[in-house]
Amino acid sequence: MNIDLSRRGFLKLAGAGVVATSLGSMGFGEAEAQELALIRPYKLATLNETRNTCPYCSVACGIIMYTKGDVHQGQADLIHVEGDVDHPTNRGTLCPKGAALKDFVTADTRLTEPKIRRPGSDRFEPITWEDALDKIARAMKDDRDENLVQFNEAGVPVNRWTTTGFLAASATTNETAWATFKVVKAMGIAGFDNQARV
Amino acid sequence: MTNSWTDIRNTDLVIVMGGNAAEAHPCGFKWVTEAKAHRGARLIVVDPRFTRTAAVSDYYAPIRPGTDIAWLMGMIRWMIENDKVHWEYVRNFTNAAFIVKDGFGWSDGLFNGYDPETRSYDMSEWDYVIGADGFAQVDMTLQHPRCVWNLLKAHVDQYTPEMVERITGTPTDKFLHIAEMIGETAAPDKTMTSMYALGWTQHSKGSQNIRGMAMLQLILGNIGMAGGGMNALRGHSNIQGLTDMGLMSNLLPGYLNMPKESEVDYATYMSTRSFTPLRPGQTSYWQNYPKFMVSFMKAMWGDAAQPENDWAYHYLTKLDVPNYDILRMFELMNDGRVNLYFCQGFNPLLAFPDRGKITSALSKLKLLVTIDPLETETSRFWENHGEFNDVDTASIQTEVIQLPSTCFAEDDGSLTNSGRWLQWHWKASTPPGQAKLDTWVMAQIFLRVRELYRQEGGVFPDPILNLNWEYADEGDPTPDELAREINGRALTTVYDTTDPTKVVVEAGKQVLNFSQLRDDGSTMSGCWVYSGCWNEDGNNMARRDNADPSGMGVYPNWTWSWPLNRRTLYNRASCDMDGKPWDPSRMVIEWNGEKWVGNDVPDISPTAKPQDVGPFIMNAEGTSRLFSRAMMRDGPFPTHMEPFESPVPNVFNAEMRGNPVARVFEADVADLGTSEEFPYVGTSYRLTEHFHYWTKHNRVNSVLQPQFFVELSVQLAEEKGITNGGWVRIWNKRGSVKAKAVVTKRIKPLICDGKTVHVVGMPIHWGFTGNAKKGFGPNSLTVFIGDANIETPESKAFLVNIEPSEEPVA
Repeated sequence: MNIDLSRRGFLKLAGAGVVATSLGSMGFGEAEAQELALIRPYKLATLNETRNTCPYCSVACGIIMYTKGDVHQGQADLIHVEGDVDHPTNRGTLCPKGAALKDFVTADTRLTEPKIRRPGSDRFEPITWEDALDKIARAMKDDRDENLVQFNEAGVPVNRWTTTGFLAASATTNETAWATFKVVKAMGIAGFDNQARV
Repeated sequence: MTNSWTDIRNTDLVIVMGGNAAEAHPCGFKWVTEAKAHRGARLIVVDPRFTRTAAVSDYYAPIRPGTDIAWLMGMIRWMIENDKVHWEYVRNFTNAAFIVKDGFGWSDGLFNGYDPETRSYDMSEWDYVIGADGFAQVDMTLQHPRCVWNLLKAHVDQYTPEMVERITGTPTDKFLHIAEMIGETAAPDKTMTSMYALGWTQHSKGSQNIRGMAMLQLILGNIGMAGGGMNALRGHSNIQGLTDMGLMSNLLPGYLNMPKESEVDYATYMSTRSFTPLRPGQTSYWQNYPKFMVSFMKAMWGDAAQPENDWAYHYLTKLDVPNYDILRMFELMNDGRVNLYFCQGFNPLLAFPDRGKITSALSKLKLLVTIDPLETETSRFWENHGEFNDVDTASIQTEVIQLPSTCFAEDDGSLTNSGRWLQWHWKASTPPGQAKLDTWVMAQIFLRVRELYRQEGGVFPDPILNLNWEYADEGDPTPDELAREINGRALTTVYDTTDPTKVVVEAGKQVLNFSQLRDDGSTMSGCWVYSGCWNEDGNNMARRDNADPSGMGVYPNWTWSWPLNRRTLYNRASCDMDGKPWDPSRMVIEWNGEKWVGNDVPDISPTAKPQDVGPFIMNAEGTSRLFSRAMMRDGPFPTHMEPFESPVPNVFNAEMRGNPVARVFEADVADLGTSEEFPYVGTSYRLTEHFHYWTKHNRVNSVLQPQFFVELSVQLAEEKGITNGGWVRIWNKRGSVKAKAVVTKRIKPLICDGKTVHVVGMPIHWGFTGNAKKGFGPNSLTVFIGDANIETPESKAFLVNIEPSEEPVA
């Protein structure tokens, strides 16, 4: 649904196949056909394209992400990122950050498993998602039960939990923001902020 | 932004002050280049440094960090004195004609009603005189001595060009040259756009900096116009979205706000939110507050929100202080009063001021949870990295859980850019290892906590047990489901308010937009300003028609902008009192005798007659405000205030330090330095090759800008024996950092009040994780004090000392 005019299709159309056909129809011989058969197809033509926007600053430039494999059908690895020429704001251009986006997605320091650092320890050790989430939920429940200010001195229900705080990421989507908002505010966490504050 | 990035092409004059768009927003800045090349637009840059934006400007002037208000008030004074005022606009579209109570006044740098004990003003006199008819009194001739216009004239009178130079260091001749350029845009058919960013927000009076320029733009008639406006460039890709969605201590979605504990019930809460029009016939659109509020409460708590229980009003937290902002939370944490803290895509160890205090505070937590695609300094705050993070690991008892999340390439969803465009994006690649979507993480945490409350009971479980969580897979809500919830739908059939036989929207259907929301519980909507983003037409945020029928860069069918797909806010103000465009060649909308039509969605009721209804429909006045009544804690007009750490005293009141009503924690007072000990002004900024602390994880960006450096003038370097490329130490009472010195002509000493002021510039991008060389950030040195209204820390102006040094030891 995101690709009205497939540039990949266009490249294929403009590639070796069409040229060979038209050359053939013009009466060129065997030698040319053999030569054409050796021309490597444009590398990006074999990849999947997805429209996205740059996650850095708030200009929100359009980008095209080229992946080997289809993310909806198994593994898809990012090969290349370029500016989206159809995007009205950046018209295909990118800055030194956007142009190097692939390095962020594939950085050596991307996190790949949950980890825990025990009190006083000098290292992280792996923990399963199940154990990590159970531990977090337990800590939240215990802290909330112990410290939630349910009523103030005047007896007004205030549902105020100040011993736990949450910083939300302003590089996440609005949809993530809404899910985060619901959970954090429903629990009564008062110390809630995002990068807009700094 | 009131306008959009692509609208900048329509401008005649760009002023970049409090920002550095060529460097920090390069592809958006191309529209400035476009306006210069194709419209003959000119570019002014006012900045402490000769930035990359300044390098392509038509005119540049230096300014001392933290003195923008004096500069802007001086500019307003010059416009009034030289009759560079868009009179019809000022008279009709601002509150210039409104009469103010007799008690309001200003002297010795302070407004009336200041109480040094509570560090606050009694604001009761900062308001209009209300007549017997219940409306604010006005004098359309602007002759009344107490009308806003005359009070403004008196207020800005002291900011002569000479006084501006004395405070800001901007030489008088440069100031006057810029004044001439800006003054030209007072013509009805000329516009100026203001582009600003954190250079204006990161001050203890940041909100007043922005007000100062907004007032200037109103006096020139540049708000609502194509190529005009107040354009906040903003930082992160969805910082606009998270603000709109209300992910802050004091906010609810769509600029509704959290109740205070003095608002003991829903009726009391609503009583201060009635928004009765202050002039006859005005829209005062916030009168619809109850519709948006009830629809939000239904989105949160569904059937548990009923009229009988005040729409579950008591499920909401009631604040006992204005804000549990980040500074307050880290103050509490450092006091041992916070046990658990979550950082979702956030790196406070480098982002928050006074890093020493941040480390100390984090060390007192029981549990820190980080959720991020990358390593962060915060998640490893306990790890010793020599001088770069000199902590005693064994003594830190905080448990840290580091959760790996996906990044933009691996999820679907919308981001709201600074021009308010909600742009949908699609996932392209597979997350690495066990990295998970943030939505999944939040759902999993929520379901586990809810389950514990179901099994064990506990303290006030109701808001958790009753949270509306209707997703096909409870453990993994999809972006589509969440976006549809944000837009809102009819819970029961909604009928026309004037004709009860007419169905507006069937039960279960998505509402068209917020005009269909109701306060009777028949509709729900997560965020009313976003209503319209995903209605029965489908996902409007995914629209990709880049046609531009007007040729003005409106792109009406490209994605979707809030509110109501409107691209230029206050666009009614682009026309005169008869509804004719001030500049027919750049028509945004116009009145055709029956209704408003044109190239954008009108920012007014389509049939509101131009002579009757004012353009600023959100305000009870129907006008904009040159005088902001009691809406800001530090005054109805911006007044000059020095930074908390300043090289010179406030010329109006030498006793006054910083913003007199900004919150200062007792524990931080001793760490404030004076210019005797720390003679130089530090300021912080970004580079074009880096984005905050993420891109040091990228090989390409780390090669482009590998290492922390500071910039200083040739003169200061000579004075201190600092060589270009040599090591320096920069320090104050809060911390000490080492950096490579870049000795440059881009920063020049300023003369303020007869004193030479040197500025030391510090980019923000280095830490101890990632691919770049280990380094420091300016936040080791910045002040733990925020803006008096919204608590954004004063990271753009602080005092330091500097000396030649040796390479730090890792």
